[in-house]
Amino acid sequence: MSGSILAGHPPRLPRNGRRFLWECFASTPTNLVVSAAYVLLAALTLPPVINWLFVQATFSGSDRSACNSTGACWTFTKLYFGQFIYGRYPAGQRWRVDVALLIVAICLVPFMRGARRITWKHVLLLVGVAPVCAGVLMAGGVLGLPVVSSDQWGGITLNLVLWFGAAAGSFLLGLLLALGRRSPLPVVRVVATAYIEFFRGVPLVTVLFAASVMLPILLPAGTDSPKVLRALVALLLFHAAYMAEVLRGGLQGISRGQYEAANSLGFAYWRSMALIILPQALRMVLPGIINVLIGLFQGTSLVTIIGLVDALGVAKEASSDPNWLGLSWESYIFVGIMFFVVCAVMSNYGHRLERRVRGAA
Amino acid sequence: MRLARNPLSDARARGWLLQALLIAALLSGFALLVDNTVQNITTRHIPVGFGFLGQTAGFDIEQSLIEWNSADSVARVILVGLTNTIVAAVAGIVCASLLGLLVALMRLSPNLLFRGTGATFVGLVRNVPLLLLVFFMYSAVLRSLPPPRASWNIARTAFLNVRGLYLPKPIIPHAGLLWLGLAVATAACGSWLAVTRRRTLRPVFFAAAALALVAAATRLQISFDYPRLAGFNFIGGLHLFPEFVALVAALSIGEAAYIAEVIRAGVLSVGRGQTEAAHALGMGRLQIIRNIVFPQALPVIIPPLTSEYLSLTKATSLGVAIAFPDLVQVFSGIVLSRVGHEIEVMLITMSIYLALSLLTSAFMNWYNGRVSLVES
Repeated sequence: MSGSILAGHPPRLPRNGRRFLWECFASTPTNLVVSAAYVLLAALTLPPVINWLFVQATFSGSDRSACNSTGACWTFTKLYFGQFIYGRYPAGQRWRVDVALLIVAICLVPFMRGARRITWKHVLLLVGVAPVCAGVLMAGGVLGLPVVSSDQWGGITLNLVLWFGAAAGSFLLGLLLALGRRSPLPVVRVVATAYIEFFRGVPLVTVLFAASVMLPILLPAGTDSPKVLRALVALLLFHAAYMAEVLRGGLQGISRGQYEAANSLGFAYWRSMALIILPQALRMVLPGIINVLIGLFQGTSLVTIIGLVDALGVAKEASSDPNWLGLSWESYIFVGIMFFVVCAVMSNYGHRLERRVRGAA
Repeated sequence: MRLARNPLSDARARGWLLQALLIAALLSGFALLVDNTVQNITTRHIPVGFGFLGQTAGFDIEQSLIEWNSADSVARVILVGLTNTIVAAVAGIVCASLLGLLVALMRLSPNLLFRGTGATFVGLVRNVPLLLLVFFMYSAVLRSLPPPRASWNIARTAFLNVRGLYLPKPIIPHAGLLWLGLAVATAACGSWLAVTRRRTLRPVFFAAAALALVAAATRLQISFDYPRLAGFNFIGGLHLFPEFVALVAALSIGEAAYIAEVIRAGVLSVGRGQTEAAHALGMGRLQIIRNIVFPQALPVIIPPLTSEYLSLTKATSLGVAIAFPDLVQVFSGIVLSRVGHEIEVMLITMSIYLALSLLTSAFMNWYNGRVSLVES
């Protein structure tokens, strides 16, 4: 069967080195021809790409004139680096962003040690305490910290802030919705189902639009709702629906015996959920939750559309900066790398957990 | 013997109480919002009602499949936007499926180079936001294309340059269109029967489709209007604007990664034993694909594939970022900024997307019911 395409599974590969190479590249005439064509194609396309990215690229200098037209201009991303990371956050206050990120990172540590060791205390620390601390630190106005208006938040910092806030909120709301959708009470079930189906049925862009134009009308006159807050609310409400569906999958995966055992021990609903059902269900669907989180992080880039300047917004602004014209390749590639790193780290973590969950089952 | 005196220790009573509280909370929240809205509307003199749908729109839409001029009504804007959304979605679905199939085949190939490329593509695309791809396509890739005079071309009939994609435009007389429609419809019925595994009637339908196609070809006399260079630009042919090309390209690349994974999972769900058994029975490779792998993989592939198609359709709303005139851009963008009516506009936009999604999921539920019943 070797050499066939789409006849089911790829063949099991031999461990032996030379046999391995033979099976992979040259087992049949077609395979050999394909490999050769492939190498040829790579030889034609890769050198110019590498040339542009590194060899001919400029890394030093202080303005556009330092760059040439044959290579990438990384001088620009270097000088714009602060913007990409912090946006318009005042230069003297940027340490606060770093500290806020550090707080979140510390709260994330227990999750790195594997799903078995996570307790409710860790979850509460992450989704309850950390967002409040980080938010207060960044906004300022207490402890002698000068106020930094949220209009000045930007760059990848804004993506991380929106992501973290919306993730914490949508996890809690999603949990309630998932429990609601499986509730024996008809009203609760209908409300939760309607909510989930509504938000899964509309695009995120429309939710962001709606939040940005409708919130000022729906809130009491004179209430000031910053744009960042509106975007956060939209992201939170939207992703709570997806989170709820993932969590519901976990709840459904718990065997009836567990529910009955909790009942026979005399546990009431909330106690049995918190101590018996949810810990198992959450561990089971952690990979799914991470997928939602990756989607949420990527979704934060959509706030560019309603006029916030996140990392993607900075790239968009930078590529029309009159001092640095014609550098859209560099700016989008750079922002792409930033998003890629965050998402790839997360999805690797998810894959690792998935393997562990499968191994345990 | 009743032990429970306190009504709160009775589960049913508690349930009723909880539901009553939920309803009360929802109603009061709703009333609060309505109250705020009414206050804001009266103090800020915000116009209300759906009367604005009849007003003349008064702006131009550059790309429209259906007739449009700026004197048309706002209601027609919705129609223009929706057709553009659907055209972009259909084009995206076709391209994404083809690319996704290609990537899936690469990932299933025994050749390590192919598998590596497929995996790299999927890993790269899935970890980057779709909107970034849209911007990248629009302001980096398409801007770097040559000017019209130096267009990239395929056999001097299709041209790609910085102003977009120029294709030959088929001119089909109405009589032939009818036959063509008939051919497509019968072929669709035939394929549908194949999917639902009632194969006996299938040849009849395909024969009928072929006949209709022949009739269409003889009656049709399709002619093409070819794009040609006149001065500094192209005239004639079918001109696809850069916004459309960028959006469709980005959506296709972005969704292809997910579609590839769906197809791959479907093919891998057919156990290795199945193909090995078929091989042992002396079946050829094509026979195995057609009769063993494909029919078993399809029921696994179709439900997630449909939801990918749906998310691609919803993702066309990202076109608003590069001013592609889809439903969100023309209606929630331009109309809203001109006439206001925020609540009505957003309600209509969201309802249209919601209707599309609910229809798709209704179809999916029905299909799943069928497939799981047919299993034997």
